[in-house]
Amino acid sequence: MIEIEGLGKSFTLHNQGGAVIPVMAGAHLRVARGECVALTGTSGAGKSTLMRMIYGNYRACGGRIMVGDVDVARAAPREIIRLRREVLGYVSQFLRVVPRVPVREVVAEPLLALGVGREAALARAEALLARLNIPERLWTLSPTTFSGGEQQRVNIARGFAHEFPALLLDEPTASLDAANREVVLSLIEEAKARGAAIVGIFHDETARARVCDCEVDVTRFSPERAA
Amino acid sequence: MTALLQVRDLARFYGARRGCEGVSFDLWPGEVMGIVGESGSGKSTLLSCLAGQMAPDRGEVIFDTRGDGPRDTLKMSEPERRMLMRTDWAFVHQHARDGLRMGVSAGGNVGERLMAVGARRYGDIRNRAIDWLGRVEIAADRVDDRPGAFSGGMQQRLQIARNLVTGPRLVFMDEPTGGLDVSVQARLLDLLRGLVREMGLSAIIVTHDLAVVRLLADRLMVMKDGRVVEAGLTDQVLDDPQHGYTQLLVSSVLQV
Amino acid sequence: MSDYNFAYLDEQTKRMIRRAILKALAIPGYQVPFASREMPMPYGWGTGGVQVSAACLTPGDTFKVIDQGADDTTNAVSIRKFFEKTAGVATTEETARASIIQTRHRIPEEPLTEDQILVYQVPIPEPLRFLEPSEVETRKMHSLEEYGLMHVKLYEDISQHGAIATAYAYPVKVEGRYVMDPSPIPKFDNPKLRMAAIQLFGAGREQRIYALPPYCEVVSLDFEDHPFEATRADHDCDLCGASDSYLDEVIMDDAGGRMFVCSDTDYCRSRRAAGHVGAQGAPYEEGRP
Repeated sequence: MIEIEGLGKSFTLHNQGGAVIPVMAGAHLRVARGECVALTGTSGAGKSTLMRMIYGNYRACGGRIMVGDVDVARAAPREIIRLRREVLGYVSQFLRVVPRVPVREVVAEPLLALGVGREAALARAEALLARLNIPERLWTLSPTTFSGGEQQRVNIARGFAHEFPALLLDEPTASLDAANREVVLSLIEEAKARGAAIVGIFHDETARARVCDCEVDVTRFSPERAA
Repeated sequence: MTALLQVRDLARFYGARRGCEGVSFDLWPGEVMGIVGESGSGKSTLLSCLAGQMAPDRGEVIFDTRGDGPRDTLKMSEPERRMLMRTDWAFVHQHARDGLRMGVSAGGNVGERLMAVGARRYGDIRNRAIDWLGRVEIAADRVDDRPGAFSGGMQQRLQIARNLVTGPRLVFMDEPTGGLDVSVQARLLDLLRGLVREMGLSAIIVTHDLAVVRLLADRLMVMKDGRVVEAGLTDQVLDDPQHGYTQLLVSSVLQV
Repeated sequence: MSDYNFAYLDEQTKRMIRRAILKALAIPGYQVPFASREMPMPYGWGTGGVQVSAACLTPGDTFKVIDQGADDTTNAVSIRKFFEKTAGVATTEETARASIIQTRHRIPEEPLTEDQILVYQVPIPEPLRFLEPSEVETRKMHSLEEYGLMHVKLYEDISQHGAIATAYAYPVKVEGRYVMDPSPIPKFDNPKLRMAAIQLFGAGREQRIYALPPYCEVVSLDFEDHPFEATRADHDCDLCGASDSYLDEVIMDDAGGRMFVCSDTDYCRSRRAAGHVGAQGAPYEEGRP
């Protein structure tokens, strides 16, 4: 489902004397359907950078990033927009929403964007929020005032609302208590069971051991090593 | 699939000075594109040229018309272009006063486009006006009030209703949230997102507010000195800017 | 008589105005600009109508002036005297005997004929003006037939008054093309706009002339569910008993006494001369009002 070959990345800082900072070279990765691959490596090794490149958020400097039949490294914006709407989900560490929009709507939005009926979308959103232990009295409030853990769960509900064939999870269990961590892990297991290909970053080793089929140490892709 | 709007090598000069030059892009159905840049970067000139309010000196603006497929709007006769402007196109001004008739009731403002395309049953016009006021969260009992009695945010929502009542496919917006309180901005942004999604609208939004484009636009063009210096997915341009000017622009945003 | 050129205006000015009139007749309802002259009366007193009348008059014409239907108001009397003095033409108060009738705000009740000309005094010729202040824009709207705005005005009427409250200067569409302001005639007169006589409209201050050739199609704008109605007071004339004429309401005293009388004084007089008597009317005597 996800195949990465020869991927490289560097940042050019035009306003700091044109400094070029290479951060990745020769990255490669394969994730099959129903498989979960964990990205590991020390902080700053490039886990999030690689994940952002798969999502098209960072621009690749070379190589291929196949998600389904789309090469994210070369695709036109509208192909990536469609990919993100239909195929590729992303649970980031930060919740970014329009202020004052109620939680229910925030979670249902990916479904509405796909043309799912309003009632069905809201029902699915509510089921996920209930499962993630967001109290019902909060559903009509905007998540911008929620605690870190609550925002994280809203973000997860939003990411799992549509059954994406491919999922990127950036620290989905960070800042969660044991009960909620359990819910998130079972959501991941269910996604795998229905055939989703997942790339994840997990600092929590037991969580990683439980849901991930293999680990890829991104330190291997650092430019110094490749050179 | 055909692009809704194909822009080719568009240029407009003010004497020797460049308004905008060398602008080309495709806009696809359902896409929202943001255009950002500082004052004087040419973004408003570009929007005026695209929306038929200003004649460019060079280039093509090809719109996929309902009847005849893709046609260069700059080569259309004026009646054709004006017909397009009140049916398939819409323009939301920064200042509601530029886009509303202040001496006409809210219902009359919304109904005008319907009457302009031949609606002649008062009851139908009024019902559709009330329906649209509801969709932009204006109470039905305000239908006979004039826009002067409305708050800034309500005026802006009324302007949107007035524009969308004929079911346009392309909406041009010039700083639609400019001059509004932050909390009013948020509500308007949410409304716009919902309408774009439900109606499958395409939109081109000019703004200098990067937060607005991040929430509203799928794609982004960055302009400087009349030229497009960078274009791409909105989050990619903002999170991984490639051009020095964009890097400067993004890093200059005040954090809240 | 020798102190003035015939009908006051110099011949070059008349030619200029006649050219505008011919153009206006050729494009019914279209406002033709013309170089309006200073006249020896203030704007708003019929300078446009006077110039059009002056350009049409010939020594053999018989001239009638009415102001809101009446021949005997200050405005009507002074314009009639003006042309008696500067053109020496015959004048009359009888509609049927006049060849040129200058009018302010009315169409005579008696149907006009093909050898008559009706000249209207027009204060504001642009029907779109109250909604669109820009002349550049209104001209463009006329040229592109963008008349949605006209219905916005009628919409506003209904939304505020429950019915189309516009009672005078009611907009019309001419020959399916130009939307025209018929001058501030009551909408009761609108159906008469399609007539045998030539109708010329002169706006002196605004420097516009427009026209309706004989029998030209004139349709009052409306909505399907709020159709146009030519309304009049629900009364008969108290002097002549007419039930088909446009009426003025006249307050008689401080105790609420009132009477309704024909606004067209010549029509009322001729009916009374023919023996008709209204509820408060006295039998007709020659030489008495």
